[in-house]
Amino acid sequence: MIRTNGPDSLLVIVPALNEEGAIAGVVDSIHKHVPGAPVLVIDDCSSDHTSARAREAGADVLSLPHHLGLGGAVQAGYKLAYELGFDYVIRVDGDGQHDPRDIPRVFDKLKESGCEMVIGSRFAEPTGSDTSVVRRLGIRFFRAVLRPILGKPVHDPTSGFVGVNRTALDVFAGSFPLEYPEIEALVVLQRRRFRFEEIPCKMRPRRTGRSSITAVKSLYYIIHVLLGVFVNVLKFERRLHRTAPPEEGG
Amino acid sequence: MDRLLNVTTVMSIVLLIMVLASVRRAHIRVEYSVTWLVAAGAMLVLSRARPVLDLFRRLTGLPDTPLTLFLLAAGVFLMMFFRFSVIISHLRDDNIALAQRVAILEYHIQSLRNHES
Repeated sequence: MIRTNGPDSLLVIVPALNEEGAIAGVVDSIHKHVPGAPVLVIDDCSSDHTSARAREAGADVLSLPHHLGLGGAVQAGYKLAYELGFDYVIRVDGDGQHDPRDIPRVFDKLKESGCEMVIGSRFAEPTGSDTSVVRRLGIRFFRAVLRPILGKPVHDPTSGFVGVNRTALDVFAGSFPLEYPEIEALVVLQRRRFRFEEIPCKMRPRRTGRSSITAVKSLYYIIHVLLGVFVNVLKFERRLHRTAPPEEGG
Repeated sequence: MDRLLNVTTVMSIVLLIMVLASVRRAHIRVEYSVTWLVAAGAMLVLSRARPVLDLFRRLTGLPDTPLTLFLLAAGVFLMMFFRFSVIISHLRDDNIALAQRVAILEYHIQSLRNHES
C-alpha cells in the first residue's frame, strides 16, 4: 500500500486505459527519475493487461469497476491521494507522452511557488513541441477563450501533465470535470481564486497504441469543453455574488 | 381528422396498457411510470375531447387541429425527455461516485490483505 513519505509527500498518478504496451516503461521511468515517490496507476477498466503490467513494474493499481473516462479516473486517484494524506499529486499520462524527467521540476515549482496547480507546458517555450497543425489551432482557440476568463495567458491548456497541491486536491476530490477535464479544471480553480503556473516540458510521441481523438471527436471536444467552461463561469459567478459580504452603511 | 384522433386514442390506450403492465412486472419503477401515465392520459383526453383541442388551437393561433395535436404531443414528450435527461444525469453522477468508492475500498481491502499475509 502506498504511504505518505514525510512532509511534502508526493504521489504520482497515472490514468491508463489499455496501455499494456507502455505502462511498465512509464512506471519504470517514474521510479528512476523520482525515486521514493509512490506511483498509483488508475486502470480505467482496461480490456488488456494494463493492471498486471503496472503491478509487475512496481506500481500500486487502483482498478475501476467500469469505464469512467479520463476525468472519472483522475478524480478517483485524487480522492485516494487526499484520503491517504498526500500533499502533492502529479499526473502523468499512461501512454508515455510525458517525460518523467520533468516531474521533479513540476514538484519543485509546486513547492516553491505555493500555487495550487503547475502545468507542464509544451508551448511555454517557442520551440517546445511538434504538435499537429489541427491540434495547435485548437489550442490557440482555447488560449484565446481562456485568456479573459483566467486573467492571464495559458500556453498549453490541454496538457495532462499537471501537478496540484493539497488545496486543489481537496477541491478536485469533491468536484472534477469528467470528460476532457484539463481546460475545465483550470476554470474551476480560477473561479476559486487559485493560482496556476506553467513550466516548459517536452512531450514525446505515443509509445504504443493510437490517440482516441478523431475528427468527429475533436468537434465534440470543442463544443463540450466550451459549454463546460461557460457553465463553470456562470455557476461560480452566481455563487460568488450570493456569498458576497453585505455592504456596510446600507 | 377523426381518423387521426382515433389513431391517437388507440396509441394512448396502448401506451397506458404497456406502462401499467411494465409497472406490474416491475420493469419500470412507479415514480417513473407516473410521467408516462400522465402523458398517455393527456393524449387520450385531448384525442377524445374535441372542444379542448379546438380551444388550444384558438389559443395558439394555429391553422388546423391536427397540427395542434401534433405540437401538444411533441411538447409533452419533449418535457418528458428533459425530465429523463435530468434523472439520467443524476444517476450517472451517483454511478461514478459509487464506482470510485468501490475501487478505493477494494484498494484498501487488498492492502490490508497484503499487510496480513
